[in-house]
Amino acid sequence: MKISIIMGKLMKINPADNVLIVKNNISPGDEEQVGDIKITFDKAIGFGHKIAGKNINKGEKVIKFGVPIGSATEDISIGSHVHLHNLKSDYLSTYTLDDEFIKSK
Amino acid sequence: MMSSLSQNKLKGYLRSDGRKGIRNVVVIAYLVECAHHVAREIMMHFHGQPVQLIGFGGCYPNAYADKMMNALCTHPNVGAVLLVSLGCESFNRKRLYQTIEESGRPVKLLGIQAIGGTKKTIADGIEFISSALDEIKKVPVVDLEVSELVVGVVSGGSDATSGITANPAAGKAFDIIVKKGGTAIFENIGEMIGLDDLISERGVTPELRGELKKAMEKSARYYTIMGHGSFAPGNAEGGLTTQEEKGIGAYYKGGTAPISGIIKPADIPLHKGLYLMDIVPDGEPRFGFPNVNDSSEIVELIASGAHCVLFTTGRGSVVGSAISPVIKICANPDTYKRMQDDMDINAGKILSEEVSVNEVGEEIFDKIISVASCVPSCSEGLGHQEFVLGYKTFEPIGPSCQP
Repeated sequence: MKISIIMGKLMKINPADNVLIVKNNISPGDEEQVGDIKITFDKAIGFGHKIAGKNINKGEKVIKFGVPIGSATEDISIGSHVHLHNLKSDYLSTYTLDDEFIKSK
Repeated sequence: MMSSLSQNKLKGYLRSDGRKGIRNVVVIAYLVECAHHVAREIMMHFHGQPVQLIGFGGCYPNAYADKMMNALCTHPNVGAVLLVSLGCESFNRKRLYQTIEESGRPVKLLGIQAIGGTKKTIADGIEFISSALDEIKKVPVVDLEVSELVVGVVSGGSDATSGITANPAAGKAFDIIVKKGGTAIFENIGEMIGLDDLISERGVTPELRGELKKAMEKSARYYTIMGHGSFAPGNAEGGLTTQEEKGIGAYYKGGTAPISGIIKPADIPLHKGLYLMDIVPDGEPRFGFPNVNDSSEIVELIASGAHCVLFTTGRGSVVGSAISPVIKICANPDTYKRMQDDMDINAGKILSEEVSVNEVGEEIFDKIISVASCVPSCSEGLGHQEFVLGYKTFEPIGPSCQP
């Protein structure tokens, strides 16, 4: 396996993927070229997180490493952050904590 | 690229069953939680020496735990064993004692009730361990080939970098081991939900492909009933969203070799090559989650003969293990900077310095050789000796699982 395309702060792991991975932390105001479109980010997105590489319709499979990693729960526009709020597993629900207790104490 | 280290002749401790260890440790095993403290006190008397603590906490019998303890006490890295029993627990101590005795290792069984309590048992235990440490120095040291090594891999504290850096690099190291005629075992079958076809088509015979598919289906069913996979909150903070996403990343750490067989915990691979370990219990879910944490997975790989275990981590795990050294491969360059003392390999440089996955894979292979040459891994040097063993139910594997 190798990373197929690196573009600015983003990378695409497999040519078939419809998401890109944040390679360097994105800050509000950062501009990145995604496909034919220049996206201006309005929020910070951490290293390792996913960005839509194209428009993804509600119910459509999200593809990373060339395989489905779940389905979109809403329409996701190109350049948007793809995470718990708009992607869910086709198998098991995802359990998370809603605080940052360790960091804050 | 491969260093001269890999060309060096390795040495191993020869056991009576023909297997060879890369460590020569004395193990103290408590046979019920009630004997844990006494066993630990004996172990602590020998701080800094190769004396390690394992055990089974349950009072009620379990065939899986029994098989695991028998396999662990006769692991090639183990030179001698002290069993510490309370006296009234159900564990089949007689059979375990006989298994160890028949393997030619020095063994002693202490019953706390019979001896007369904590103090006397600790004193007797210290006396036995002192003599056992002298005894194990007599174990013959012989040449060890890379093809005789058994290496396991787990991942823990995964984040979005794990599947891009550390896991494919560990997979590359696995490919090298298999190519050199060695044995490599990966697991996380529970994480690999949705990957049935990708995995099963790698089996070397049609029957094995069927077994792999069955194991994947069993796993999906089990976790669906549990209502929870192996996804922890830190995984999501690290950018992973779903179990499938974590699973496909985890899948890469098995490398690309054909799958030679599927085994269950404490089954010893009959041949060389790449093995998948099925860690999901058989039958109706009974004792809860298949593996409650990373350490229980490490212990299962060791019970199947792993001389050392590769551990890929993005968020930053620090665990090691009793019996076999754990080699930490850090996936995330930021985590590596923060936790360097705990990490043997910085696979994060695949992202931060654009070093290739193959180069890091070769570096991991060299590290395996170095650890097999008695150089302590980071967790080993820091004194980590985690050990977890709980209840499970398994049916024995059939002949088509190891064609």
